[in-house]
Amino acid sequence: MDLLPPLFPDLLLDLLSMALLIGGVFLSISGAVGVIRFPDFYTRLHAAGVTDTLSAGMILAGLMLQAGFTLVTVKLLFILIFLWYTSPVASHALARAAMHTRVEPAEAEVIDADQGDESSAN
Amino acid sequence: MLYFSLLFAVLFGFWLLLSGFWDNGLLLGLGLASSLFVAWIGTRLQSPEQENGYSLGMLLRLPRYLVWLVVAIVKSNIDVVRRVWDPLNQPITPVMGRLPVSQRTSLCKTIYANSITLTPGTVAIEVSDTDVQVHALTRDAFADLAGGEMDREVSRLEVGAGHRRSSPNGKGQA
Repeated sequence: MDLLPPLFPDLLLDLLSMALLIGGVFLSISGAVGVIRFPDFYTRLHAAGVTDTLSAGMILAGLMLQAGFTLVTVKLLFILIFLWYTSPVASHALARAAMHTRVEPAEAEVIDADQGDESSAN
Repeated sequence: MLYFSLLFAVLFGFWLLLSGFWDNGLLLGLGLASSLFVAWIGTRLQSPEQENGYSLGMLLRLPRYLVWLVVAIVKSNIDVVRRVWDPLNQPITPVMGRLPVSQRTSLCKTIYANSITLTPGTVAIEVSDTDVQVHALTRDAFADLAGGEMDREVSRLEVGAGHRRSSPNGKGQA
């Protein structure tokens, strides 16, 4: 960690990493509040997406700043890459399973892009 | 052969970075052997009839797309978070609809659908050869997607900026 001369003073690095961690935690809480507040399964999936993407990304970035130029940072990066590859697959599988078992999207407007007409689903 | 080389390079690089042993001959040899073995199995698992969909050019265009995607993810995250905390001024208007898919290979269709799902506010529910069923948190998010910017970016990743290709049913690009 001390092999390279620090690009920033340590304090600045710590502050930046702290800001990222706090931002990530805030987004995580926002995702949880959204899951509780949104009306149905599909909209809740969107709120959970916040926790999956930017929240996890900011927390991991904050941890990377703490780890510095080490293998730990590389491994944190791997975690982020795998998370961003797999979480949409999980979301898609959930949404698809819900659709196939006829979970009705509440108050969702149905738009048919091919004809351009709009009609209400409920 | 391209697939084998790429797979081997990625696997061995991954092994090196995870293990952190750079100077132990036995361990390096074992890592090398297992990477080669898995790359060989992976190459045999490729079905010869199927079009692969990847190319070296795509790999070079990938970083540009990833940057674009991260920006899109940040923007849509901010939008969803505002709708979580301020439901009175920023109400959600859920929308379900189908959008055309203009990518040719199944790999790029997957990238497109995964990108839709990865950006909060839109989820790809069902993907067919010609279109994708999308559930969006707001009418705006759906309209953004229907505007086709993401579709164009993925197509650009697929074939490059040089030759623009019209979508199969002519509806892809507005």
